Amino acid sequence: MRDVAIVGANMLKFGRYPDKDVVTLASEAAIAALKDAGCAMKDVEIVVSGNLYQSNAMIGQRIMKEIGATGVPVINVANACATGSTAFREAWMSVASGAYDVALAIGSEQMGKMGLLGGDAASREYSTEGVMGTGLMPGVFGQAGVEHMRKYGTTQEQFAKVAVKNHKHSVNNPYAQYQIETPLEDVLNARPIAWPNTLYMCCPTGDGAAAAVLMSADKARQFTSKPIWVAASVLTSDPYTPRNPVMFDINTLTRNASKEAYEKAGIGPRDLSMVELHDCFATAELLHYENLGLCGDGEAGRMIDEGETYVGGRIPVNASGGLLSKGHPLGATGVANIVEIAWHLRGEAGARQVEGAKAGLAHVIGLGSACTIHILKK
Amino acid sequence: MTQETATQKKSNPIVPFLRLPEKYPDEPAYLWGVLCKQCGAKFLGARTACGQCASTGPFEETRFGDEGEIYVFSIVYQTVPGLEAPYVAAIVDLDDGVSVRANVYGLDPTKPSPDWFGKRVKLFTEKVRVDREGNDIVAAKFRVVN
Repeated sequence: MRDVAIVGANMLKFGRYPDKDVVTLASEAAIAALKDAGCAMKDVEIVVSGNLYQSNAMIGQRIMKEIGATGVPVINVANACATGSTAFREAWMSVASGAYDVALAIGSEQMGKMGLLGGDAASREYSTEGVMGTGLMPGVFGQAGVEHMRKYGTTQEQFAKVAVKNHKHSVNNPYAQYQIETPLEDVLNARPIAWPNTLYMCCPTGDGAAAAVLMSADKARQFTSKPIWVAASVLTSDPYTPRNPVMFDINTLTRNASKEAYEKAGIGPRDLSMVELHDCFATAELLHYENLGLCGDGEAGRMIDEGETYVGGRIPVNASGGLLSKGHPLGATGVANIVEIAWHLRGEAGARQVEGAKAGLAHVIGLGSACTIHILKK
Repeated sequence: MTQETATQKKSNPIVPFLRLPEKYPDEPAYLWGVLCKQCGAKFLGARTACGQCASTGPFEETRFGDEGEIYVFSIVYQTVPGLEAPYVAAIVDLDDGVSVRANVYGLDPTKPSPDWFGKRVKLFTEKVRVDREGNDIVAAKFRVVN
């Protein structure tokens, strides 16, 4: 595999765009990324588009028709919440393999105000929701957190501290859907959604788009003096574990992915300057501290208690505000995480800048399940 | 409702791995699945092949016992319209070595506690809805046993 650089990276502020359609959002993000790269559609040799809810609607080609239908290959990707990061990985693979020199990865989603529950799947007559347990995401991630409580005595308050941190970080991120600080008391007293997660411990739905331009090393040198290198791009699915998929196992595939990513990048968790991880619910974040090797098993509660994952702490996690505040337009999320890390590595992250950032890890998990990890280096 | 139409209606299990009494009304309902004879993995319901060892069999059909214990839980407050909330949504580990999603009754949803881990539970069935054709839809639920 060849070295691949991120040369352009950009995103729209996540939020609600009722007056625009998803192709427009994706097109705006793509144009912004191309501009950031200093190149144009005519330079792009392959396009990979991630979109989940309209995965049968040829969003990638529709973007091309909007911004420049050059006739190059377009791949449409759907992979649950890992849709955007899988699209990025396909773009990376296209260049790393030597088949193409310039690839454009775009992630987009328009969810509107569909709420936490998504679609109407649970209204079917034979739906088991609420009569034979839960398959709704808040409850599923509630159970995942409760498993950590069972193993290590982790408390609801420790999970709530994740929300306090990420909402605090979001105040410095103008691209975040919400920029509202939530003190611990407010988080704990917020409306319960699925215990132990309260409203402020759940990511919002919304609209958004993000894009990245990837190039081979030779090509990158023609366009930028600040390439960001993709040191590892890993995708895993959930291997057999006895309770999966009755209880989605979000841990094993993340552990497998992080092990492989560190090996490929030739660095370990202690070499990371920052992490953007998949905090769809506050409970998930603590589990991933351990899954990504940021601390030992059972130490995640202590880690958040001691503030180690704040910007300025030992290893900042979700400096962007995370999914909890930045938002989680499904197909856009995975690309946006990578954009965020790239900005920090270039020193362009504004008030939330992790000082001296040299290497960062972007983690995404989509239930069902898919996990991507990208390690980026200066 | 005439006798004739009433007899046409059935009780349908909400999931394929729940088996309801058919010939003998007093027979208990139960959960069933398969055991992979190659690797020993157990699954709810039927299988095409084994998710653990990938062998295509042989599988042995297994009737699971009706008792187990709570592994983990959440308490779901925000849910789809028409459902009673909050409800205790648990993962129950059956004594026979397979896990199942379950609503658990007999616990106070406002007082979640680590004491719930490992609590013994027993299966019961309940009509939860009627389908478009007028058939009863029956679910498997669990209640705490002391």
